[in-house]
Amino acid sequence: MASADHGAAAMPGAVPATRRKPLLPGGLLPFLLLLALAIALPLTGNEYWALIATRAAIYWVLVAGLNLIVGFAGQLAIGYVALLTLGAYTTSVLAAGNVLPEMPPFLALACAAAVGAVAGLVVGLPALRLRTFYFAMTTLGFATIVTQVALAWQEVTGGGIGISGPYFPAPFDNAWGFYYLCLGFAVIATLLAGNVGRSRFGRALIAIRDAEVAAEAAGISKPALLACVFLFAGAMAAVAGGLFAGLQTYITPEAFTFELSLLFFIAVLIGGRGSVLGPLLGTVLLTLLPEIAAPLAAWSTLLYAVMLLAIVLAVPGGIAALIDMGRRRRLPADRAILPRPAALGALLGQRPAAPPLRLRGIALHFGGLRAIDGLDLVLRPGEVHGLIGPNGSGKTTTLNVISGYYQPQQGSLALGEAPLAMGRPESRAGQGIARTFQTPRIIGEATVLQNVMIGGTVAGHATFAEAMLWLPRQAADEARLEADARLALQAVGLEALAGFRADRLQHSELRFVEIARALMLRPAYLLLDEPAAGLSAEEIRRLGQLIREISAHGTGVLLVEHHADLIFDICGHVTVLNLGRVLAEGRPAEVRAHKEVISAYLGA
Amino acid sequence: MLASILATGLAMGAVYALIGITYNTMFATSRVMSFTAGQLGMLGGVFGSLLMLRWGLPLVVALPLTLLAAALVGVVTEFVAVRPVLRSLEQHLYVLTTLAVALIIQQTTAIEWGTEPAPFPRLLGLGEGVWHEKYWLPVVACAITIGGLEYLYRRTLLGHAFIAVAEDNYAARALGLPERNLRIGSYALAGAIGALAGFAGGQLLLAFFANGPLLNFYGFIPVALGGLGNNRGAVIGGLALGLFQQAANFTVGGIFSSVAVFTLFIIVLLAAPQGLFGATASRRV
Repeated sequence: MASADHGAAAMPGAVPATRRKPLLPGGLLPFLLLLALAIALPLTGNEYWALIATRAAIYWVLVAGLNLIVGFAGQLAIGYVALLTLGAYTTSVLAAGNVLPEMPPFLALACAAAVGAVAGLVVGLPALRLRTFYFAMTTLGFATIVTQVALAWQEVTGGGIGISGPYFPAPFDNAWGFYYLCLGFAVIATLLAGNVGRSRFGRALIAIRDAEVAAEAAGISKPALLACVFLFAGAMAAVAGGLFAGLQTYITPEAFTFELSLLFFIAVLIGGRGSVLGPLLGTVLLTLLPEIAAPLAAWSTLLYAVMLLAIVLAVPGGIAALIDMGRRRRLPADRAILPRPAALGALLGQRPAAPPLRLRGIALHFGGLRAIDGLDLVLRPGEVHGLIGPNGSGKTTTLNVISGYYQPQQGSLALGEAPLAMGRPESRAGQGIARTFQTPRIIGEATVLQNVMIGGTVAGHATFAEAMLWLPRQAADEARLEADARLALQAVGLEALAGFRADRLQHSELRFVEIARALMLRPAYLLLDEPAAGLSAEEIRRLGQLIREISAHGTGVLLVEHHADLIFDICGHVTVLNLGRVLAEGRPAEVRAHKEVISAYLGA
Repeated sequence: MLASILATGLAMGAVYALIGITYNTMFATSRVMSFTAGQLGMLGGVFGSLLMLRWGLPLVVALPLTLLAAALVGVVTEFVAVRPVLRSLEQHLYVLTTLAVALIIQQTTAIEWGTEPAPFPRLLGLGEGVWHEKYWLPVVACAITIGGLEYLYRRTLLGHAFIAVAEDNYAARALGLPERNLRIGSYALAGAIGALAGFAGGQLLLAFFANGPLLNFYGFIPVALGGLGNNRGAVIGGLALGLFQQAANFTVGGIFSSVAVFTLFIIVLLAAPQGLFGATASRRV
């Protein structure tokens, strides 16, 4: 069985295409088909179609960026028509020379992109502090404000009378020429957004959406990442606005209805979250819909609303889920988790010994409840340290203090001589401290491989811009992350499931996926929060072996567990907590014989 | 001028406060912020105008009918947009479903009722100038609602049950409280309160299909400032918002006043995301 797998890995050609599922579902083929259709459209000779297709292309330029915010990061930015409006007016005003000297249209478009990027950031920033509904509301409010300003600022925007759109010179001054211009922008938008989507940034966005706590543990900084995406989406939306103004030839505030905002937003949701092809098809579909059924035009908002309700309630996965062929592929029958220590060596190497991790005098209370009451603890590299105690004794709380989720009122935490910042979970990954969670925090909609790759996010070198353009450094990052993730999956014994969606796995398998994700950091310290809960006896034995192997490669392991057998079997050092204090500590044999431990916890 | 600012400011403030209470009433039993709150206010105006001006019904019949119809809309919202997504509250799907229902309400009104603002009748025919009924009716409606809710929550068994569900859903269910029926009840109540806001403020807002989003936004501000679920905070926040908005309206003009309100709102919200009167922190790990 093992040798068969090795054979497949050695011959890449033999691996079926479905095995390596990229983030663009179905690969590049659907995109190329769509592009071929779009290029061939002038053969119809019908300029009415040119208008519709141009509109679809422009909308997609905006939706491609918005998709990263709504579909990937899960931030409900509803009022994105505001940025379209802003881009349209900026381009038109600059091209007309109302404020500054007249500009050529393409320069005006570039300026609009810059303005849009800044505005996108400003509109998006509340998402960092506000809850979902609040953020949706502020984007709606912003949409209203922009239209009102356009109405009021008459000397620049022409108020209710409006202003001429930019005039794009030959060869873009006829219907088909302008269509090809917009199509070109749409292709660029697809490439940029697609590249971000399949990079570690795209995965990090999905992690923020579906497993925010795990994203922090993997070192993903939500503010920095979202700021990049807001800048990008704002620029794209403003470019779309400039093109929109060019298409309209004359713009008034009434052209930017809330209905448009709705179209953009619903196109993403109909398309499916975390996909690029889906929202592209959604955009085309929603643009075509009122045209195909002309009498529906007056009802289009109502139609969009009904579609929104139907999608959320009936087809939450959207188009992407319908066309995702791999979704129904059968899982291997009678599979088992078979960790392979050999892969561990290839992944971890023999790491230089890290300095010890020390907790001194940690005290943490929630209101009147003393969760930890003056705790000292030392973790050493290459040692498995067990942390046991009755429920409520402060085990998980201790782990949360080390990994930065809780800020204790007293005490210090240091790696060697360097103090670790308290209450900063996203800083731990960079210091080589990885963890798992009591309830696995996994992205159900992503594949197992992608879930594991998230663990290595901080190891990437390419910047957001490099990822967007898929420059060599990005390609190298991606190849290395994938190779590492496959090694980590081999190490925990789940490589056969790499290509499957994580929500199809069993609970016990998810526990091992979390360990694989943590191993991506090549951690100096690995914190495991009840990894054996819900595992069968045989699986617990394999888990114990795996943990021992990991520590043998120089990683210090902190094991919070209720299975006393596992603890005494594999730990080199055991600390027993009771009521937030250390009740006993030492070698397993000493602790096991400790009278108070027996009466408080182990039982006679 | 000061008198007009005070009169309109308090009137609009009372309408915003009532919409804020509508949000809170729905939130209390379901933990859902619903985009339909503003639409219920809009419906109050449209139903009032429909019943009294088009059908010629007297006030004593029209008001109960309006509240009843809106309560029904509230219940339908609960069934269509809230119940199906309650199980996965952390995914925030309710933002999408309630938005969809709100838009369906708005567009149906636009198609059936028309897109032009329609007049709303004088209800009592009392007062002139700044003492015109259109200014004090919303304030009275707000006071009656607050008084009624206080009585309900503090003095009646039903109200205690509401509070129990709002405090701790699971514990309330474990005690055998009919949590589902109480939720339906709170959505009906919210529907009536929202419609009362639109009805009492009808002479200021008119019967206009596009009032919904406006009320949604301005009714949400007092909730955000006062803290979720805090009705007293909503009333203080609502009245303050109304006065601030009208003062800005009279001094710098309509459009810039809405920019001012929006800017102030964002700044306050970023500085105090939990609201000025509310404070909660939740455990994440």
